[in-house]
Amino acid sequence: MNDTVPKQEVVAARGIKVAFGAVKALDGADLVIRAGECVGLVGHNGAGKSTIVNVINGGLTPQEGSVSYDGTPGLHGVAMARAHGVRCVFQELSLCPNLTVNENVRVMHADLKGASWRRRGLELVRRQLEETFPGHGIDCDSTVEDLSIAERQMVEIAISFTTVSQRPRLVILDEPTSSLDAGLAAQLMAYVRRFVKEGGSVLLISHILGEILSTSDRIVVMKDGKVVADKPATEFDTRRLVETMGSVVKEHGWKRTMGTKSGAPVLSRPALPGSTIQLEAFGGEIIGLAGLGGHGQTEALLDLYLSSSSNWWPTREPKMAFVAGDRGLNGTFGLWSILKNLSISSLKALSSRNMIDADCEDEVSERWKKRIEIRTPNMQNPILSLSGGNQQKVLFARALATTSKVVLMDDPMRGVDVGTKQEVYEILRAEAAAGRTFIWYSTEMDEIRLCDRVYVFRDGAIAAELVGEAITEPNVLAASFAGGEAA
Amino acid sequence: MNGFGPLVRKPWIWSFAATIIVWAVTVLFTGGASSLGLSQAALTFAAFSVIVGIGQMFVITLGPGNIDLSVPATMTLSGTLALKLMDVQDGMIVVGLVASILIGIAIGIGNYGLIKLLRIPPIIATLSMSFIVQSIAIWSNRGLRIKPPEVLAGFSTSYSFGIPNVALVALLLSLVAWVLLEKSIYGRWISAIGQSTFAARMAGIPVDGTRFATYVLCAVLASICGYLLASFSGGAALNMGAEYLLMSIAVVVIGGTAVAGGNSNIPGIWGASLFMFLVVSMLNTYGFGAGTRLILTGVIIIVVILAAGGKKALR
Amino acid sequence: MKLSSGTVRMIIPAVSLAVLLSAVFYMQPRAMSYTGLNLLFNLAVPIALATIAQMLIMAVNDLDLSMGTFVSFAACVTATFLQSSPFVGLLILIGAIAVYAAMGVIIYLRELPSIVVTLGMSFVWAGLAVLLLPSPGGSAPDWARALMTSKPPVVPMAIVASVVIAAVTHFLVMRSSFGVLIRGVGGNSRSVERAGWSVIGIRAATYALAGLFAVLAGIALVGLTTAADANIALRYTLLSIAGVILGGGEFVGGRVSPVGAVIGALTLTLAGSFLSFMRISPDWQIGAQGAILIVVLGLRLFLNRLEKREKNR
Repeated sequence: MNDTVPKQEVVAARGIKVAFGAVKALDGADLVIRAGECVGLVGHNGAGKSTIVNVINGGLTPQEGSVSYDGTPGLHGVAMARAHGVRCVFQELSLCPNLTVNENVRVMHADLKGASWRRRGLELVRRQLEETFPGHGIDCDSTVEDLSIAERQMVEIAISFTTVSQRPRLVILDEPTSSLDAGLAAQLMAYVRRFVKEGGSVLLISHILGEILSTSDRIVVMKDGKVVADKPATEFDTRRLVETMGSVVKEHGWKRTMGTKSGAPVLSRPALPGSTIQLEAFGGEIIGLAGLGGHGQTEALLDLYLSSSSNWWPTREPKMAFVAGDRGLNGTFGLWSILKNLSISSLKALSSRNMIDADCEDEVSERWKKRIEIRTPNMQNPILSLSGGNQQKVLFARALATTSKVVLMDDPMRGVDVGTKQEVYEILRAEAAAGRTFIWYSTEMDEIRLCDRVYVFRDGAIAAELVGEAITEPNVLAASFAGGEAA
Repeated sequence: MNGFGPLVRKPWIWSFAATIIVWAVTVLFTGGASSLGLSQAALTFAAFSVIVGIGQMFVITLGPGNIDLSVPATMTLSGTLALKLMDVQDGMIVVGLVASILIGIAIGIGNYGLIKLLRIPPIIATLSMSFIVQSIAIWSNRGLRIKPPEVLAGFSTSYSFGIPNVALVALLLSLVAWVLLEKSIYGRWISAIGQSTFAARMAGIPVDGTRFATYVLCAVLASICGYLLASFSGGAALNMGAEYLLMSIAVVVIGGTAVAGGNSNIPGIWGASLFMFLVVSMLNTYGFGAGTRLILTGVIIIVVILAAGGKKALR
Repeated sequence: MKLSSGTVRMIIPAVSLAVLLSAVFYMQPRAMSYTGLNLLFNLAVPIALATIAQMLIMAVNDLDLSMGTFVSFAACVTATFLQSSPFVGLLILIGAIAVYAAMGVIIYLRELPSIVVTLGMSFVWAGLAVLLLPSPGGSAPDWARALMTSKPPVVPMAIVASVVIAAVTHFLVMRSSFGVLIRGVGGNSRSVERAGWSVIGIRAATYALAGLFAVLAGIALVGLTTAADANIALRYTLLSIAGVILGGGEFVGGRVSPVGAVIGALTLTLAGSFLSFMRISPDWQIGAQGAILIVVLGLRLFLNRLEKREKNR
């Protein structure tokens, strides 16, 4: 039926050019989204995805090019975009944490008016949640800060799809599944398909290529501020997508160290209630923490870290270093240069009598700049001048520059491009060979497969330990789901 | 760091520019006759603001919500007890100084103890603390006005090389603070904590220890200032610290330290302290009444903030 | 039973007030009467209004250090112009509220720290107050006097007024759409802006509303004291902040509770009366007030912990 009815343009952005100072974020990009289709948008960090999303939703006015809604060029701006039914779910959660779920509906939907808006808002969001994530079990009367991260993301998605007086025409989903586990992500993708079938449109941005391939009708690939491919999804597969994005899939030339489990463990954490397996790590091991998102992996890492370091007295030789996953929250220091961000954890070694030796600091930072290939002309530049992937590299360098024997990693590759990942993997391997121990929580199966030993978490405790060749996707999945071991 | 660099981008330049203008305007009015006296008076009174301002700046650097409201009470108590202890004997000057530093340490411990134990915002913790400290000062003062030892009084009111001695003390303390802030690990740590406490903790910084040291440092500087001010003005008074509550915050902020935390600078405190004194004396010179003087002071603070602040994005 | 964080925010201040009140009643049973209660809480009304004003500013993540001088200024206007030529007085007060709105806009547009801008404004208000009333004087408008000294049946005016203030502001801030937006700006102003609202407008309105409540505080204060002076309400800056915090509010994140704030203001007022009943030597009055603040906050921490343990179970 879709073939007979000419699809109407919901949003069309043509010849868009946006520059931030000398940096060309968009260099003549076109993006047209029609009614009743799901468009997948992929590209590296810095390819211009977020920028074009901001242009479409009215938050950013391009220096050149035209944006039109419903085929009619007109004014541009947030209000205009919203009036034409454009809704956006951003990568970082954008609910008001201090408000209840239905109050957030009120904030997001200006058209929810009248005396009974509370009751109606509650009803709407409940119905929408039930439709999108059947069996979600979220209490819509509670304050958002009392919800888990996954629940917040679900609420935010549901609010964006909610119809108050006007049906959403285009919903932009920017990494919508980043905090959702596989089951919830599948529910969301199924809902996206239903929404599209009913005539709505979705712009889906995700680094999980499987989602993009299975859910989109059409895939747009961006690179360096331009659209390099715009074809039906059926013409792509994972390999071709990655190739088009410009990075080459490297074969894992990864040798597991195997059998290094010798001597005394460098670290051990007693088994928690509900588990018989205790977390242990030996020198030179890369240990993965797997399982569905939010099942206690981050807590285990924080617990390990906080119990190892004093909050009152400085330690000369910290036992552990921590690589943050959420850079904005617990990683970078935004006012500082790259140099200061890199050296903060190893200042004790760079100073005599508590005074920092500037030359020593420069030397160490230059060494790490070369080793980990931080792309900047000058380490004195502000950290925020770097792209997300390079900021993440600085956080790695910060941890690796310490003398710590154990490095904890809290899903640090979230939102990092493939090229950067490969570079970091190389360095991890070299460091592990030199005797460092890594404890690595990752939500990506590819990374879990790189580990020597894996603990699979479920419901806050360790459900299984997998070693060497036993670390396979089916094994990890089986251990991640209750009752999965029997299958 | 890179030579002179674009001076205009330094946050403290504004406070100095304003200071020079106000100084010039005041001197012009009096036909240049007062330039030396005015400069010396400005340095003297600015010195006290600088000393408390530095302490307050360290605390404000720790991030949003960090502010020490116990500064005036600490100054009063330190001045009162130190003078009482010295009891006009020249031989007790050092003992008095040590005592006032100890008082500062005790109040700093008390402040951070409340913040940590009761998990209350520093504003409220230091406010409650200041009530108690003020009470102790009232109780110990009993309306008696004890004179400072002669040598100390002489020192604090005289000049070396034409510069007031108290200003030299303030300069010395500023240098120490500058080294702490720019060159030491401690300076990096407080800046990191001011930007993100959680990130600082995860980078291996002993957050509690650093914050504790900062509150103690602030209280110690306030008590040294109280000791000097009481000696300078010939005795401690119960309200001697009162004006330094708003003053200590104002000089920090006008000086270009970010109230959002993580960023601080010492030269700006000098600029702002001189400026605050000169504004008042300029308005006095021009014969304004108290009401107009207050209004103009407020307007000038706001204008300076409008000129200096709000450029965060350009950093 | 599952308690939301909002409910807990209400329970803690209420318990604090109840504890302090029973202590007062225990020491001075005569306080348990119409006149007694009126005396205990009389001065609470202006403090409660000022606390609400401070709470509104804190709801959008700012802090108003000029609250005390502004209430003093409003009191001076009330005791002079509003009494002698009500129309001019009204215009001045409306102008002052407009200045508050402008302040909210400027702080946002120029990304200025609210602490400093209001610090500067506190000098301005103090100067204006001194110009209006160089020495204590003026007199209260008859209607303000009549309102503040009226004797409703059964429950004294101070209590009635507090309940009305709490109810009205609870509706405004916690129930109405406007209140949701105010707290939304405090919680996540970016997403409020993305949803198509004008954050500038919301902030201007919030500041104006805070200015209105502060003006009401000034009028109520003059109604009680019959005269004004330029320093009449200087302590309100710190009292209002302490009141909001005692009432379970927080400095950032739009987490506020109007009912809690009113209760916090009542608690602070009661603390003063409590001390005079204790016959504490005047030297230690201030110190004891600090100690009470600490005790009440300690109580709050204790209850918070208890609640958390409950939650984990």
